[in-house]
Amino acid sequence: MKAGSINDINFGVFRDKKYAVSLKEKIKKLADSIELDKINIMHVCGTHEHTITYYGIRKLLPEKVDLIAGPGCPVCVVPAREIDEAIKLALDGIKVYIFGDMFKVPGSRMSLAKARAEGGNVSVVYSFLDAIKDFKNNNVKEGVFFGVGFETTAPSFASQIANGNVPKDLRILPSFRITVPIVKYALKVHKHNLHGIIAPGHVSTITGAGAWSFISNDFNIPVVVAGFEPIDVLLGVYLILKSINEGIPRTYNEYERVVRWEGNLVAKSYIKKVFTEIDGEWRGIGKIPNSAWIPNSDYESYDARKYYNIKIEKSMDTPPGCRCADVVLGLAKPTDCKLFRKVCTPTNPIGPCMVSSEGTCSIWYKYGGHRIFDES
Amino acid sequence: MCLGIPGRVVEVKGDKAVVDISGIKREVDALLVPDVKPGDFVIVHAGAIISKISREDYEETIKYLRELAEVMYQ
Repeated sequence: MKAGSINDINFGVFRDKKYAVSLKEKIKKLADSIELDKINIMHVCGTHEHTITYYGIRKLLPEKVDLIAGPGCPVCVVPAREIDEAIKLALDGIKVYIFGDMFKVPGSRMSLAKARAEGGNVSVVYSFLDAIKDFKNNNVKEGVFFGVGFETTAPSFASQIANGNVPKDLRILPSFRITVPIVKYALKVHKHNLHGIIAPGHVSTITGAGAWSFISNDFNIPVVVAGFEPIDVLLGVYLILKSINEGIPRTYNEYERVVRWEGNLVAKSYIKKVFTEIDGEWRGIGKIPNSAWIPNSDYESYDARKYYNIKIEKSMDTPPGCRCADVVLGLAKPTDCKLFRKVCTPTNPIGPCMVSSEGTCSIWYKYGGHRIFDES
Repeated sequence: MCLGIPGRVVEVKGDKAVVDISGIKREVDALLVPDVKPGDFVIVHAGAIISKISREDYEETIKYLRELAEVMYQ
């Protein structure tokens, strides 16, 4: 395993907007010298997609280079069944705490927003810590936190549980998902059509840049952990093309200012202590081995799914015509979906990709084609 | 939800910290980066500090996030 050397690149220079043009030229030259008709680079983070779409980065790149949005929206991949479970608990009067992004995501029949309108006990909070405070301050009898999120979010639940800060009647409905297995899955689904991966900046804060080295080692394509500024993304593309051109797949950490090679070891140890990996259901995609976390046997009294033994008879992940699952995997662009913009809009979202601010459809609806990076 | 927000630690209270995030003070979880001190610049995600950063990177990230915030949740 070898980390790519980035010592030859002056980051200070590349972060300045006015250097985007020279970077654009370098990218074009590199792309021209690569003997591929198409160079497909996938990123796996809603915030990256936002940067790319908002700044019109796709238009800055040579035609043969495409940036594909992959699985980067935690809210989009929670199966309808698990949303239905949260709704059932809320309608039964148990106080269900959720992150704001989850509020309007449709389950099989309704969203948590609709459930609240129908008398369900749903409370939107900023963090798990705030839910613990609310639970204690308001003498709540039974509460459940709908635990949605990737590697970035899961440790803040594990740390509170491990330190004994969570009241015994505040449980977690675990819907945590792990990005490494879904990226592996996406790489397999796309067969050999992906030529590079831009890894998610903040997920990597926890996992470490090293977590992605399997991409260069096993799949033989370069991977770059990148930050969220337009220049970060351009630099990510540049490093991927450089690696392809050299014929040596590498793992780079462009986001060294925040991400370490080994990640956040404290956060990782909390996850190991409290959670166990299980096969996770991804909305509209199916089961992916070892891709979800639930509290392990030492902490299973906190697992609301086990404690309440919730039974959902039938669930529906994909509303008719919705291509959210394909969009999540990067197999379809929002514009490939017949519902996009016509029937499915942020005010009337059909699938989760249009609801979350990190969903590709929502981002394309709001900013697609509007803002172009100033080339002058 | 993969977004991290930069802030500056104002006070450390046991396993929690008060962080100034663009002028708003928030009590956040400091368990994941237990060695934070007042004055440190950090990245906060979903109410927990996930990483320390340099002052220079903090200022740069803030600049970008202001722009992002203007449009992302309008």
